[in-house]
This record gives sequence, C-alpha cells and structure tokens, in this order.
Amino acid sequence: MTAPRTLFQKIWDSHVVSSNDDGTCILYIDRHLVHEVTSPQAFEGLRMTGRKVHRPQATLAVADHNVPTSHDRAKGIADPESRLQVDTLTKNVKEFGITYFDMNDKRQGIVHIIGPEQGMTQPGMTIVCGDSHTSTHGAFGALAFGIGTSEVEHVLATQTLQQKAAKSMRITVKGDLHPGVTAKDVVLAIIGAIGTAGGTGHVVEYAGEAIRGLSMEGRMTVCNMTIEAGARAGLIAPDETTFAYLKGRPMAPQGEDFDKAVAYWKTLVSDEGATYDKEVVLNAADIAPQVTWGTSPETVAPITGTVPDPASVEDEGKKSAMLRALDYMGLQAGMKLTDVKIDKVFIGSCTNGRIEDLRAAAAVAKGRKVAGGVYAMIVPGSGLVKAQAEEEGLDKVFIEAGFDWREPGCSMCLAMNADKLEPGERCASTSNRNFEGRQGRGGRTHLMSPAMAAAAAVTGRLTDVREL
Amino acid sequence: MQKFTVLKGTAAPLPMVNVDTDMIIPKQFLKTIERTGLGKYLFNDMRFTPEGAEKPEFVLNKEPYRHASIIVAGDNFGCGSSREHAPWALLDFGIRAVISTSYADIFYNNCFKNGILPVTLPKEAVEELMQDAKEQVELTIDLEKQQVVGGNGKTYAFDIEPFRRKCLLDGLDDIGLTLVYEDKIAAFETAQKNTQPWLYS
Ligand code: SF4
Repeated sequence: MTAPRTLFQKIWDSHVVSSNDDGTCILYIDRHLVHEVTSPQAFEGLRMTGRKVHRPQATLAVADHNVPTSHDRAKGIADPESRLQVDTLTKNVKEFGITYFDMNDKRQGIVHIIGPEQGMTQPGMTIVCGDSHTSTHGAFGALAFGIGTSEVEHVLATQTLQQKAAKSMRITVKGDLHPGVTAKDVVLAIIGAIGTAGGTGHVVEYAGEAIRGLSMEGRMTVCNMTIEAGARAGLIAPDETTFAYLKGRPMAPQGEDFDKAVAYWKTLVSDEGATYDKEVVLNAADIAPQVTWGTSPETVAPITGTVPDPASVEDEGKKSAMLRALDYMGLQAGMKLTDVKIDKVFIGSCTNGRIEDLRAAAAVAKGRKVAGGVYAMIVPGSGLVKAQAEEEGLDKVFIEAGFDWREPGCSMCLAMNADKLEPGERCASTSNRNFEGRQGRGGRTHLMSPAMAAAAAVTGRLTDVREL
Repeated sequence: MQKFTVLKGTAAPLPMVNVDTDMIIPKQFLKTIERTGLGKYLFNDMRFTPEGAEKPEFVLNKEPYRHASIIVAGDNFGCGSSREHAPWALLDFGIRAVISTSYADIFYNNCFKNGILPVTLPKEAVEELMQDAKEQVELTIDLEKQQVVGGNGKTYAFDIEPFRRKCLLDGLDDIGLTLVYEDKIAAFETAQKNTQPWLYS
C-alpha cells in the first residue's frame, strides 16, 4: 500500500519529469499564461539564443496591466511606454505562434479571470504565469503559482520548470459564515491570523465547510490572496461545484472527454490520513467583515474594531512597521474604523472582478447614491464579465447610483495605466495589496469585499455593510 | 549569468520587515522591455522626492552606502509581486547579495536567476550583521565556503540548496541544463497524452 498523499503531492508526483539528488525536479507545466509586463525580456531571451516556444498551444497571452479602462480605448493607448509594452506582446505572440486576446477582443480581461472563464484552468493541472496572483487558479484544484521572467522564458523554451517541492499546510475554516461575510473576509481574516509570511515555503490546501460552501468565484478570491500570506500556491480540492463551473466552457474538455476528465478529477483529493507540515484552523463564526488599516494585507481588523495601538506591540520590528504604516495612512491609534472617510472606491481586480462580485456590489448600490465628493469606479475583470453584467442590468444599477462603469483590465489595482490615486487620497478597494504607493504614489488603500466597498461608496466612509 | 563566488563589499542596513517588491521597484518602472537600466529607480519612492530630489536620510543616498553591494534587511524581504524587475534593479544598482532571516519564495527564486545571492541567517546573526553594516564594516560572503564574515572576523555559516549553489558558482544557464532532458520531456508528453488526451486537444 502506498502512503496517503495530499492533493498537492498527487499533482506534484504526476508532473515530475526528472529529479535530482537534492530534491530539485524538472516539473512539467500544463498551461502557461502570459501578459505584457513580465514577458518582453523572456521573448527577447528566446530570440537571443535562437530558441523556440516548446508548446505554443499550451500558452495563452493577454494584455491587461497597461490597458486603459476608459470608454474610448479602441482609440489605443496614449502613454507611449504602456503602448510599447502592449505592442511588444502583440509582436511576440505573432512571431512565436501563441493564442492572444488583444485589447479589443471581447474575451480580453485580467489574466487570472480569463483562464478560468475560458475553461483553460482545470483540476490537476500545473499552471504558471509571470504574476504572483497565479495562485487564483488553485481554486480548481490545480497547482498554480507565480514565476519570474527568467522562469517565463524557461517555461516557454521547455514547458517545464526546475522546482523543489514546497512544504504543505492545511487551513480549515469550520462551520458556516455569517450573512454579509464573504470569501474576501475569510481570506483577509486568515492573513490577519497567520501573517504575510505565514505561508512562506508552503502550498496551502483549504478545507472545511465554509470553504466547501463557497462558489467558484469565492474560492478564486481565497486562492488569489493566498500569495499575500506568503504561500507559493493555494489549493481547493475539486468537487461538483468545480465540475459544474467548467462544463461547456470553450477550452474545457468536451463531450465524452469531459466525463473522462471528471472521473480523473474526482481522484484529486487528499487521502485520508495524509499529513501536513502545518495546520491552521479558524471558525467561520468568528469572522466579521474585514478591512485593512495599514500597508500590508496582514494589517487587517474587523470593521467593528478600531485602529490598533503600536504601543501595545512588543516586537520592535513590528512596532516600527506599524508606526510607519499609521503615519503613511494618516490614521490615529484607537479611532473607530467606521469613522475613516474615503475619497475613492475601486471595485475590480483579479481578486474581486468577477460577476458574483459585481452582483454583490450592485445589491448594495441599488436604489442608493454614491456619497458626495466620492469617486467610485467599477472595472469588470473581463469583457465577458462586463457583457454578463450588462445583460443582467447591473451596469444600469451602478450608473444610476453614480458609479463609473468602465472597460476591463487591472486598472487601479496597481495603477500602471491612467487609473490611480493622488497623494493622500484614500480608497476603499476590492484589490489585494495595500502596499505604500500601490494604487498611486502617496495613495492610501483599504482592502475589503465588494459589498463593503459599495457600502463605503454610498456612505463616504468605511462601513459595516450589515448595517445598511 | 554572472558567477557568484566571493563577494567583499559595503553592506547597507535596511532594518525594515516585509520590504515588498513594490518598494524595491515601483510599478511605473515596469513598463520597460529591457532587463537593464533599472538601478536608478531602485527604491525610488523611498530614495527620491516626487520632484526627483534625493532624500538624504535614505540609506542608499549616504556614503559609503551609495556603493553598497550587499543589503542587510529585516524579515520577509521581497514579498508581494513576482516582478523580476526587483532583482534586476538591485543588480543594476550593484547589489549582489541580500542578508535576511527570510524571503518571499518568488523573489528568492528570481535572485538565483540573476546571480544575486540571498543569504538566510538566524535573527541574532542578522542583527549582528545589521550592526556591522551600520558601523560601515565591510562584509565578505563566500559561497564556496557558505559563510559570511563580519566585524572582528566573526563568521556565520549559512545553508543553501546544493543545486542552486552550483548554478550560482558556475554561472550556469538553466534553460540549457533543462534542454539536456528534452527526450524525457517528450516521453512525459506522450505518456500524459495517452492518459489525459483532453489536455492535448
Ligand atoms: S488585477 Fe492586480 S493583482 Fe491581479 S493581475 Fe492585475 S495587477 Fe496583478
């Protein structure tokens, strides 16, 4: 009898091409996503060495980080550097024969939204992208992780990576979530509990009723932010929710192949008795809607709480980081989070730019108005998400409430395009990083769920959505 | 890739935890399509005012740290974005090694692809070396011997995976190394196509 294995081990074992004495393996990569920011130097490297793309059909490229989200984007990109980067990708995919959704393709969108949406992301696969939030795809029970540009080149040239198996960690969220508490709150609470380095060196498998009860969209939100806990990847074992989501998607297996695939996918669970290097357990009942107050995703608190006091912290490193964060964020220790006024709202990103996120925000926006002096933008994660939302009339709800309804892209998640915060501006954001300057130099970011961001938009301050 | 054998040089103290890659190289500099030229933007928002003037209090704007080839930093260095622009910017500035208690995984990996050595040491050792750096003591990092030599000749042994060490010592190109296994990769694909044909349709 073979020893019980975790889901991670099963996927890993089935992709080892060759292994070294010290445990370094050549790992086969099933799917590779490419975007414009982290790929130009990789293609250039191939050209310089005269190498080809090993398996172009396993690769999908899209421009997302630099694209404008304004309504007139068909006219092209105004910023010359952004334009050069997108044009470089367009030229590279042509030269190397890679499938590409260009800026004006209706399937265009954020790389981690379109992979699942097209059915490219499937259980049991190894998936990489030159982007840390590749962890998103783990929601399907795929081993998915971000890589650097040198590794992008390595995957393009060989369809493999040199890797050493990570350690394993299981995070169980027991019981049911309270109404108004979403996947975003769950993952923020987890990061708050284990810290931004809590998962370093590990692949996290999520388990428990609260996780099982999430939709695919919610699972993607949780896995997406796994990287903010420092982990290499997040994983959720596939189940009927996963299979139902994938069925009929253009790049998913079709017909008889789909049934065969499902039979295989059903084997992708951790065996009874499999052990993990680290275990964390949370109770769903303890989780309230969360907001961040500082400049790292671990600086998070329930919306019912206050800005914490650095004086209460022992560790000198932590204390000075906290003082710096409060100064940057312009907040005082002890103030109620619900007293924090905001200037802008950003609803979108690969964390929360899917249809369900827009529905949740629209449910709050409906019949209300964006508060005076607040600018609120909605950036759908893809052209297809946008089309779906428009079919459901969500665009009208948002526009009537005074939100700006925009074209898909990364937008103010990292502000590489024209969407950014001005120094000192405060934003309620559904994205994933509140680092200094992330949404624009001097900008102040509070991370939260789409419903909470919509609630902040209509009241003009951080708000407990359950009280609206 | 440039080999890494023995490095002797000035170490800049950066006693901050969770230094993220957005700090190391802010996104406005990710629009380049080159690997080089990013050194002047390293730690841009901490190093320069919005008008582009140097902030005198930032360590890399002080002598002798302007010429540092090593950074000694707090826990969890390089967290956040996967951008390889972070090691590119470090390298272009002249940094060949970082010393910390821990690194984010992707950043750690990216360093090795660019001939930068991330040295991991226990907290007390990093604190002592931080002090050495503040006192402008030159540090020596010897990859062959796997040790850092600090003030008064005190040595600190560090661990590193043998494969990574070898690649760095010899300056090996890993794509070339992997391509030696081309036949095995092809055999893997044939086998996978038999069991999971839908992956190839
Ligand atoms: S939405 Fe944000 S986190 Fe996601 S891929 Fe784009 S920039 Fe990265």
